[in-house]
Amino acid sequence: MEYAISIKNLTKKFGHFTAVDNLSFDIPKGKIFGFLGPNGSGKSTTIRMICGVITPTSGSGKVLGYDLVKESDKIKQNIGYMSQKFSLYEDLTVEENLDFYGSIYQIPRKELEERKKELIEMAGLKGKENSLAGTLSGGWKQRLALGCALIHRPKLLVLDEPTAGVDPVSRREFWHLVSRLVKEGITALVTTHYMDEASICDIIGFIYNSKLITIDTPENLYKTHGTENLEDIFIKYVKELSNKDVVSSFKEIKASRNGDEKDEH
Amino acid sequence: MGMKKMNIKRMLTITKKEFIHLKRDKASLAIAIMMPIMMLILFGFAVTSDVKNVKLVVFDGDKTKESRALIEKFANSNYFKVSDIVNNYDKVEEYIDRGDAKVGLVIPDGFARDVRRKEMPKVQILVDGSDPAIARTAAAYSMIIANNYSMTINGIKSNQPFKLGFIDARARVLYNPMLESAKFNVPGIIGLILQNITVILTAFAMVREKERGTIEQLIMTPVTSLELIIGKLIPYVLIGFLDFLFVLALGYLIFDVAVRGSLLLLIFFGLVFLISALAMGMLISTIAKTQLQAMQAAFAILLPSILLSGFIFPRESMPKIIYYIGNLFPITYFLEILRGIILKGIGIDLLYKNMLSLFALTFIIVLITMHKFKKTLD
Repeated sequence: MEYAISIKNLTKKFGHFTAVDNLSFDIPKGKIFGFLGPNGSGKSTTIRMICGVITPTSGSGKVLGYDLVKESDKIKQNIGYMSQKFSLYEDLTVEENLDFYGSIYQIPRKELEERKKELIEMAGLKGKENSLAGTLSGGWKQRLALGCALIHRPKLLVLDEPTAGVDPVSRREFWHLVSRLVKEGITALVTTHYMDEASICDIIGFIYNSKLITIDTPENLYKTHGTENLEDIFIKYVKELSNKDVVSSFKEIKASRNGDEKDEH
Repeated sequence: MGMKKMNIKRMLTITKKEFIHLKRDKASLAIAIMMPIMMLILFGFAVTSDVKNVKLVVFDGDKTKESRALIEKFANSNYFKVSDIVNNYDKVEEYIDRGDAKVGLVIPDGFARDVRRKEMPKVQILVDGSDPAIARTAAAYSMIIANNYSMTINGIKSNQPFKLGFIDARARVLYNPMLESAKFNVPGIIGLILQNITVILTAFAMVREKERGTIEQLIMTPVTSLELIIGKLIPYVLIGFLDFLFVLALGYLIFDVAVRGSLLLLIFFGLVFLISALAMGMLISTIAKTQLQAMQAAFAILLPSILLSGFIFPRESMPKIIYYIGNLFPITYFLEILRGIILKGIGIDLLYKNMLSLFALTFIIVLITMHKFKKTLD
């Protein structure tokens, strides 16, 4: 089997602090990998190592067949990255943003023009080519950022909380786009706090306190935990691992609020 | 982001983007274009210790042809403007107290008699000392006028002017014979403009990527940090260099300050200094997280550099510790070099000490910046 991402015993230490502790997993090509975990659990550090931005303290890995450490420039040339900040240049126009990333990846002029047309079409940004990115609304910004990340036809798309702070309609449209891309053969690594988004992933990995707790298909996770609610599974893990009562479920919170109201009357 | 490889096309992509930012960022554009003109004019005209048209109040207790001739000398001197002639001594003090005059000239009864008898004529000059710079110069000028006057009178009347006990101790002022502040200030302003604009713009440009989160996107692309840094700095090198030439030209046109020494040498040192200023700007950007912090950090460096570099206040009269702190700023040496080449027309043979210090400091700052920059990337 050919893997898009294959890491073995990946560890990253910052001084005495271990940010990522002995991570190993394989993600086949053409899949959506949902990488879940609370804030500060080591997600971003893992992503940065996979993208070849920081070198692991120990362990090894291959991304798209390239070595994490020795061939990081080849990895960078073949992955697309998009974060929740939609790191666009707000004082550049839609077209200038695409042009900029296009030339960063050194796409030949003619090819870039065609690619730009495709992506502007895809993002629904037709007629807005000369608008400053800063004047676009959230959903548009998000799709333009995705366009910038796709300009060089990457084989692996890394999405770091891509839908944080976006309205529900744009969120669905966005995932519709991503699933289309995956159908065309792209592999996607996604981090998210939305469990409905996680449920459509092919593989889910859960990281907590720098360690990989579980990695499986959603279906298997449902079977193991006897529930089809990923959020409950997520919370169950945190409860177990942190040895403290996290929070009751939203249903319970609602019930307790209704109870309070009744008491008042 | 590796430090090793360098792709010119990718680097120029960064440069092109930076120019678009500049084009759309009115504040940076204003700093690049307006600041040099404003600073040159402000410092050139306003920061002056030249004494011109100082208000003079006169009490003429003698009222003779000779006394009137002396007043005439003062009035015609350009340095003083007779604002009033009063009729008693107290009035003179009153004028100075009120601030209606900075200098008082008191000619006592018997002035003409003393002149005719070739005895040393006495006049009193009162100077408002609350502004020491003006006081010193005004006092000196009035002495010169008075001495010149008595010398001419006695010279006409007798062939032995020096019998009167004058010491002819005329100081010969080198390089800047008219002691014009502008002549002294303009080379300093050139250094200051080059430093301030480069440090501020560079710090801003780097911090902007951090503040807006675009740096996170960039490090995921094949761009290397060297391409990013050089690509980003090119516009500011160009701006800094053009501003340098621009102010040099304006200094010549407005203040008549011409470069006496080698222009080529001046440009070479300008470039070395530019590097140190760019590095300082980048150093700030590694520490500051927002543009506001960058601005504050820039001022924390720029303000002491203005005060301690000898731009306004002579370094020789500073307390030793302050003097040594001044040694830590590249501009301190660059100012000496600027004044040396522009005003004195000297070359490397006389400037080598300043040159070596400038080189060493630039090198150290670049080293620290590179170290810090690498660390922040990780």
